Amino acid sequence: MRHRPRGENIIRFDSVGLRYGLGPEVLQDVTFALPSGSFHFLTGPSGAGKSSLLRLMYLGLRPTRGRVVLFDRDIATTKRYELPALRRRIGVVFQDFRLLDHLTALDNVALPLRVRGVRESEIQKHVPELLAWVGLADHLGAKPSTLSGGQKQRVAIARAVIGRPDLLLADEPTGNVDDHIAMRLMYLFEELNKLGTTIVVATHNELLVQRFIHLPRVHIEHGMVTKVREAMEGG
Amino acid sequence: MFGRHSDLPLAGDATSRFLPWLVALMVFMAAMAVAGAFVISGVIDRWDHDVSGTLTVQVLPAGGEQAEAATDERVHLAVEVMRKVPGVLMVKAFDKKRTLALLEPWLGGTDVVQDLPLPRLIDVTVDANVHIDLAEVAERLSRAVPGASLDDHRVWLSRLINLSRTIQWLAIVVVALIGAVTSATVVYGTRTGMAVHHGIIEVLHLIGAHDDYIARQFADRAFALGIAGGLMGLGMALPALTAIGWSARRLEGGFLPSLSLPLLGYVTIALLPLLAAGLAMLTARLTVHGTLSRMP
Repeated sequence: MRHRPRGENIIRFDSVGLRYGLGPEVLQDVTFALPSGSFHFLTGPSGAGKSSLLRLMYLGLRPTRGRVVLFDRDIATTKRYELPALRRRIGVVFQDFRLLDHLTALDNVALPLRVRGVRESEIQKHVPELLAWVGLADHLGAKPSTLSGGQKQRVAIARAVIGRPDLLLADEPTGNVDDHIAMRLMYLFEELNKLGTTIVVATHNELLVQRFIHLPRVHIEHGMVTKVREAMEGG
Repeated sequence: MFGRHSDLPLAGDATSRFLPWLVALMVFMAAMAVAGAFVISGVIDRWDHDVSGTLTVQVLPAGGEQAEAATDERVHLAVEVMRKVPGVLMVKAFDKKRTLALLEPWLGGTDVVQDLPLPRLIDVTVDANVHIDLAEVAERLSRAVPGASLDDHRVWLSRLINLSRTIQWLAIVVVALIGAVTSATVVYGTRTGMAVHHGIIEVLHLIGAHDDYIARQFADRAFALGIAGGLMGLGMALPALTAIGWSARRLEGGFLPSLSLPLLGYVTIALLPLLAAGLAMLTARLTVHGTLSRMP
């Protein structure tokens, strides 16, 4: 892991705008910065632009205007062949998990390691350990279609963290699980954050935000960041 | 290449079903074209070899009461003229019986043919290293022997060689077209596969896979399908070529030169499946790179 000193900005948006094709701007003049080692909620109502903002963060899109700086690299001037190296420092938990249905839980979690060319012996050692850690030791060979929503979510999270990312982005990670599992996932994210991973959890679940009231949040409405609340004292 | 890990479920794609058959057909046709080109090349070489260093004198039959004797006399005179030419190694006149034997495949061996006024031929072998002024020799011959003419086969051979070269180029164009069609099909199949597996490709892309990591999986699959199809095509082509060769050898008359395929021809044909698979692999790889380059 190449965690940066806490406090330095790991990601910065300056007047970022985004539109799909010739449509209206779904993000307008978005400006904020997230310090390394922080844990933020990204909140806002459905359709506010949370997922689009996350896609810009995990380099699934390029902004139509403005400046995105990730790991001190201006994305606009970063060569395309250099982007995979940046993406490998980001773990993503997609809202719909995006597990590969034809692969087992083990192979799904192993994907980030395989694209990096990690030796198979290392994969067979570390992936089962992580799956056991998220409570899926008995489901290594299970295909996603045989797993419950909560189990799929844990596989997705394991895939996001197996590469020990500097930045973990989770899009509605508690949207499909009951409260008990949602809390377990949040505690898991907190553990990762303590180990140095910067975490952003996008959610419209206000109850969850209230439970972790000590965490700062970036709030977005109508494609604009309306407030960036810093961590509460004593949180 | 084979047995390498693949994250994409390409085995069930439609391409997996039709590409091997298409490559098989392409390799079959390419094998025919290549075999044709090699056989024609061999034929040209043999004709060239057989004809260079030889001349043919044609003596028209004399008329009148003693036509046969007069013609024999003309042939004798022509032989004498040719023997005196420096550089001539051997002069051999074909008598009427031999001339009739040469014509038998076309005209048959009836008595009527024997009564026909047939021109007589004299086969002349010359030293290929000695320059002979053929125009001067032809002039001297026609002055000394009425109805005698000299043929060095060059006009006939050059036309035949031109025809053969055209056929060879045609074969090359056919092979190039076959390659282009195979490539176009692989491009179409690969793009279809990428569209079908777009979701998986996007996940791989977003977790940091380089374009070549994804392209390699399509390329490996295209290579495997190309090899399978190519071997099928080769399996069809070899018996067909053997049958054609066997039929050619059975042709009577001996007016066709031997249609045997040289070793290089067999090696080239044996390499066709590998070439087709390599082409499919390269095309798939370039197609994937081209498509992925449009992703952020």
